[in-house]
Amino acid sequence: MNNVFVYLEIEEGIVADVSLELLTKGRSLANQLNCKLEAVAIGHNLKGLEKQVFPYGVDVLHTADDARLYPYTTQPHATILIKLFEKEKPQIALMGASSIGRDLGPRVSSALHSGLTADCTSLEIGGHEDKKAGKTYTDLLYQIRPAFGGNIVATIINPDCRPQMATVREGVMKKEIFAQNHVGKIKPIEVAEYVSETDFAVSIIERHMEKSKVNIKNSSIIVAGGYGVGSRENFKLLFDLAEVIGGEVGASRAAIDAGYADKDRQIGQTGITVRPKLYIACGISGQIQHVAGMQESAIIISINNDANAPINQLADYRINGELEEVLPKMIQFYKKNTK
Amino acid sequence: MGLKIVVLAKQVPDTRNVGKDAMKADGTVNRAALPAIFNPEDLNALEQALRLKEKYEGSTVTILTMGPGRAAEIIREGMYRGADNGFLLTDRAFAGSDTLATSYALSKAIEYIGKFDVIVCGRQAIDGDTAQVGPQVAEKLNLPQITYAENIVSAENGKIVVVRRLERGVETVSGPMPMVVTVNSTAPECRPRNARRLMQFKHARTITERQESNDDYVAMYSERPYLNIQEITALDIKGDAAQLGLSGSPTKVKTIENIVFQAKESKILGTSDDEIDELMKELITNHTIG
Repeated sequence: MNNVFVYLEIEEGIVADVSLELLTKGRSLANQLNCKLEAVAIGHNLKGLEKQVFPYGVDVLHTADDARLYPYTTQPHATILIKLFEKEKPQIALMGASSIGRDLGPRVSSALHSGLTADCTSLEIGGHEDKKAGKTYTDLLYQIRPAFGGNIVATIINPDCRPQMATVREGVMKKEIFAQNHVGKIKPIEVAEYVSETDFAVSIIERHMEKSKVNIKNSSIIVAGGYGVGSRENFKLLFDLAEVIGGEVGASRAAIDAGYADKDRQIGQTGITVRPKLYIACGISGQIQHVAGMQESAIIISINNDANAPINQLADYRINGELEEVLPKMIQFYKKNTK
Repeated sequence: MGLKIVVLAKQVPDTRNVGKDAMKADGTVNRAALPAIFNPEDLNALEQALRLKEKYEGSTVTILTMGPGRAAEIIREGMYRGADNGFLLTDRAFAGSDTLATSYALSKAIEYIGKFDVIVCGRQAIDGDTAQVGPQVAEKLNLPQITYAENIVSAENGKIVVVRRLERGVETVSGPMPMVVTVNSTAPECRPRNARRLMQFKHARTITERQESNDDYVAMYSERPYLNIQEITALDIKGDAAQLGLSGSPTKVKTIENIVFQAKESKILGTSDDEIDELMKELITNHTIG
């Protein structure tokens, strides 16, 4: 009762990074709240899965193991979580803001009338005073996310409803082993008692999963472009530089919406969060949602013809000028100096 | 036999084009400075609905939107592009709704309007990016859901087949109708307005709009009932007040802050050869690159 729960996303027997990151966050929240961290694994052939998650500090692992539960479909997973949460009454439930978590979370929160905040960039514990109702609350989950096109940051709370649910994108939280020898308890779920035939109304006819071709998350150098790049052709300049200095190309949402770059390169709150050694921001103005995905970069270079671009505030180096001039020069002098 | 299709659509501020005047001096959002548009992914959803309508003779496409009076604009927009009719769900009782209270109101409105085979909407709205309303409406109506749809392949003999575009792959799934389907931006773009339909529906109005404009086309609206955009309220949908608006919203906004970046001490460079050369040398020397 009253514990922190994390839903585990599992693909081919491997727990997704986003779930491990949430376990790390969940562990620290549970420590703060002095409660347990519990994880839920729904799928097939889950034997041995505990080895992947116990080191992250899981105290209880609930397993629902049935051939019909993999690959993921909405209703059986939702039904199991809803019934499990009704029984276990978590205070907090976290899941990845992935195509699974964003499909599953709303359905569960609707059934439990619990409230869910999508794409949080930070989760904290704090109090709240509702002066109108004359109530004070302690130990609420602050669900913090940029809102409204990235112009503001909102802190959302669910004072009265449980569990307090939030989704978080991959890469936003850091994953860290809690203790290599930490061992929790496994609690199997009697699947037949939870799901019914009607939960399997939607069936998968065909499925092709592929590894993302772009590996921005793990790249130590990122050359990213924004709306200011101006065209898909101009983005080639970024690719040229990235190739020469050994980096990957990223993009802001504005650049992707404008069709300058592909969706799998999006950096920011609704894209990928990165922490490279070097981030070269080209023609990026620096909306909060973008900054949320790159602010922990070690060194930031901003190249912009607008000296007042907000991202300049974050930059270690600001180059005031046109990309068409600066990027070829960077390539030229990099080559010259590494010869 | 034709399909009954409802498209859930939202009028949203165009957050993609936030200009410098989008924020007021006191740090709050100046909604008036942002143009109101048809939520982009809801247009993708409308296109899927219109394709089904073309494929299955006798089908109808209804637009349902919740919002203030001016949201009737997107119902007209939908009609110009091919929708048959529309409902505006509007009431002060809905003010302050979070996604859950919104989903509750929409699900009650769908029950009020009638039975549908396909309930389709955009995956998410650009003013919140939550992607919650579609699945929550499905849950409230006790219907199955297919999210992240890129193509509704077929909807016949009580069965719908949909291609889903996920972060890391593609899935083709099938399930029974009625079904809630949420559509991605990777789905085909919505067709433009049709000139004939524009002429046909340009006088489509809600009752409130007709009262405000004070024009005397009374006869026109009784002769051409399709020009009536129906307005429905919390009373019509028999909504439980405790589940509507602010009181029906489990999530509350505690604080809203303007973000001011902690300014770093940055080196300011020009674009001269020497300056760029210096920079690259520095990055190579401290092993940032190379």
